Amino acid sequence: MSEAVLALAQAVRHGDRSARELTEERLAAIATAEPEVHAFNLVTADAARAEADEVDRRVAAGEDVGPLAGLPVALKDNICTRGVPTTCSSRILDGWRPPYDATVVTRLRSAGAVIVGKTNLDEFAMGSSTENSAFGPTRNPHDPSRVPGGSSGGSAAAVAAGFVPMALGSDTGGSIRQPAALCGVVGVKPTYGVVSRYGLVAFASSLDQIGPLTGSVADAAALLEVVAGHDPEDSTSLAEPAPTVTSVLGDGVDGMRVGVVAELIDGVAPDVAARVRQAADALSSAGARVDEASVPAAVHGLSAYYLIAPAEASSNLARYDGVRYGLRVEAPDITAMYTATRSAGFGSEVKRRIMLGTYALSAGYYDAYYGQAQRVRTLIIRSFDAAYARFDALLAPTTPTTAFALGAKTADPLAMYLTDVCTVPSSLAGHPAMSVPFGSGDDGMPVGVQVLAPARGEAVMFRVGAALEALAPGPTGVDAVRSRREAVR
Amino acid sequence: MSREWEMVVGLEVHCELSTATKLFCSSRNVFGDEPNTNVCPVCLGLPGSLPVLNAGAVELAMRVGDALHCEIRPSIFHRKNYFYPDMPKDYQISQYDEPINVAGWLELADGSRVGIERAHLEEDTGKTTHVGRGGRIHEATESLVDYNRAGVPLLEIVSAPDIRSADQARVYVGELRGILIATGASDARMEEGSLRVDANVSVRPAGSAELGTRAEIKNMNSLRSLGRAIEHEAERQVALLEAGEPVAQETRHWNEVEGRTSSLRSKEEAYDYRYFPEPDLLPVAPDPAWISKVRASAATLPAERRAQLSAAASDDGKADGEVPAGLVATLVELDLDGLVLGAIDAGAEPKLAVNRAANEAAARPDAARKLDPRAFAALLSMETSGRLSATQAKTVLGVMLEDGGDPADIARGRGFEGLSEEALAGVVDSVLAANPGEWQRFQDGDPKVSQFLVGQVMRETRGKANGKAVMALLAARKG
Repeated sequence: MSEAVLALAQAVRHGDRSARELTEERLAAIATAEPEVHAFNLVTADAARAEADEVDRRVAAGEDVGPLAGLPVALKDNICTRGVPTTCSSRILDGWRPPYDATVVTRLRSAGAVIVGKTNLDEFAMGSSTENSAFGPTRNPHDPSRVPGGSSGGSAAAVAAGFVPMALGSDTGGSIRQPAALCGVVGVKPTYGVVSRYGLVAFASSLDQIGPLTGSVADAAALLEVVAGHDPEDSTSLAEPAPTVTSVLGDGVDGMRVGVVAELIDGVAPDVAARVRQAADALSSAGARVDEASVPAAVHGLSAYYLIAPAEASSNLARYDGVRYGLRVEAPDITAMYTATRSAGFGSEVKRRIMLGTYALSAGYYDAYYGQAQRVRTLIIRSFDAAYARFDALLAPTTPTTAFALGAKTADPLAMYLTDVCTVPSSLAGHPAMSVPFGSGDDGMPVGVQVLAPARGEAVMFRVGAALEALAPGPTGVDAVRSRREAVR
Repeated sequence: MSREWEMVVGLEVHCELSTATKLFCSSRNVFGDEPNTNVCPVCLGLPGSLPVLNAGAVELAMRVGDALHCEIRPSIFHRKNYFYPDMPKDYQISQYDEPINVAGWLELADGSRVGIERAHLEEDTGKTTHVGRGGRIHEATESLVDYNRAGVPLLEIVSAPDIRSADQARVYVGELRGILIATGASDARMEEGSLRVDANVSVRPAGSAELGTRAEIKNMNSLRSLGRAIEHEAERQVALLEAGEPVAQETRHWNEVEGRTSSLRSKEEAYDYRYFPEPDLLPVAPDPAWISKVRASAATLPAERRAQLSAAASDDGKADGEVPAGLVATLVELDLDGLVLGAIDAGAEPKLAVNRAANEAAARPDAARKLDPRAFAALLSMETSGRLSATQAKTVLGVMLEDGGDPADIARGRGFEGLSEEALAGVVDSVLAANPGEWQRFQDGDPKVSQFLVGQVMRETRGKANGKAVMALLAARKG
């Protein structure tokens, strides 16, 4: 798939294929299957056609249109697009159109990509199934009775369903990797600071990162190189160029030290654990030195995460008060207006996290909750540092199970939170991690294997990811969806 | 206040820093523009926007910290969370437990010192105007919000509770204003809101070392109301305590018209700001080279400028040579000391320069700061030489402040010109002819007689002659 996608961009650059043609193909695919999947909040078909025509015009004029020439891309609907609604799948942003493009959008456009629409998500990226969307859930293209994962479920499903070859999501505690695993696509959370957050509507600022969801590791590498790199508009952006990842994909894992994280494999479903062990064996046979690794503090990741992320969210979401934009519910005085607006505008998961975060930060509880969680975060970083003293990269499951049924966990928030148990630790550490499809579970649904690397270890991570992809049993991504559906028929 | 009681006051001064752009974005930082024109996604707190720290604001904060003898140290920004319609993000980015400047002091003109606990950076909010009925939000029919001010850099300077009188509070704020202006950190205009003062006031039995319960007073927009509010609040607290009632720890509002404070919110209703480190910004750690650069280019502060002006304006060694300290302080405060020093350098009579600057020029300080010190000196010597009377000199100065121009031209234009050199020479010659004996004694070297001759010329010219010019003519005639 990967070479095919990047070959398409090459063909557009050489004028052998037109961007308009590629766009029309994707729009047609969307028209056919989108009603069932509901990956998008908005398909910007006309704007996409115009952008594609502009790419074709520039190619005809002999201009260099960039590495993603003519490739249709979908954006998670918490990434700002100038003049186009950005909803975060929330009623509270009703009618709001950002007056600016996110930095990643600017970079995509200058790389020749064509933006086809905004994908569904859990409201403000809070959730693990894309069921917490004010506009209805997204369904897993492999099996529409199941969730696609979340919160970037729309982006993962859009890639898995073949609507777009690549999409951007955002990952706060696993929101790219977890849906990538459940939909059988590649998902990458870069090192914190590698991709600018300017224009990403904040959920938990110290954790949020934008990253690729693609059908292949090579596509993810190409997309990451385009959107990454220092941005003066984001103070937390690393002052260095984008990591070099496309050129290392064929370097293999010979001699590399890879550890399987014991704490993260314990307690996951046996079929998922079996796939991770199989992936480890495959790497071993490819020349890596594989051993068991321990990251003891990782077991506290989820507790720390569910204090830090809601605390930051409670602050980040305060601006949605009905005063300046979005929804306003009229009321007799200002406090009543705030209350009525926020009551009507936010869904229950968002309200739950605002309440949790407000409590965790409040006077008298700060030290017991938020302060303690930050200390745990430091422990987790140290725990990873110790592991990375022994290993170049770590291997873990991405999710505890394969995709679950819609509605299975909506009544039990804690059960839902537990689906992020394997992804949260590296988020707290700010380290990069990716999920690569690796076979399927007992139910035939995709399984993702997670590759973890130390901060700025993207090159190592992509080498391992590319090796895993090559060693994976059976088809992946869109091909897997196609073959699975054909088998069902 | 009675002698049995002592007031204890600490002041929180917020000043808007004079940067070209706002604290966290490149929107312009100017006062008085059309509402909501100097705004961008960042200062409006639009979803997805991120703050980027303005290094110029950090430098100004360091300059003020240095002038206040503070320790300049690594600092962290926090979020201060509360809801208000003029706060675009519903949190304010401010420095909390690790401010950039700590532990300094400010010396007042009388030699007393007020401790500075901290001087930290934060962003300003927007400005709300409540329309209809009263001017308060709960009475308004409409509230208009101007976000031009949102994100403007503020320096909050917190004093130790070292102030013991309303007068001292006023002097402290005046001195601080001088420092803010001298360092170029702020224009420090209370009437435009670029300098705002809150006062923490408590009282205690005289001689007690314990602090009483304090009230915080807000909304004082001049030095006069600051003094009145503190005075009133201290008296209110004394009256409560003498009646055996407790003072409540609360925030109080100063009502200028009624001349009294009233409760705004009690401690029980106080906000829980839920401070936590701002995750969108990195810690600010000015490196030693930067701090040294700021120190090396430090401005001359008001205290030193007062000393310089006093020295330059005082006659050598004479008991009555001291220029009144009040005039010197006023000139430095109005930034007119440079004009006076320049004029003295250009030969002006020092005390006259001080008096004319402090009494006439001070009425129009903005225009006076633009005066050419040499032109000012020329005007003053026209007065000392008698070519202009005091009244005429003041008129000419008025024209110079209004339209600029050369004092001799202005005086001529108004018909104020006294004697031409030719006319003076004629008067001198006639005086010599009328007093041959005295003239001979002068030529023989008797110094005393020169005063008689000059006096005669003065009498003939009804005081318009320049004494120095007469002496020069006499010397020339003597050959």
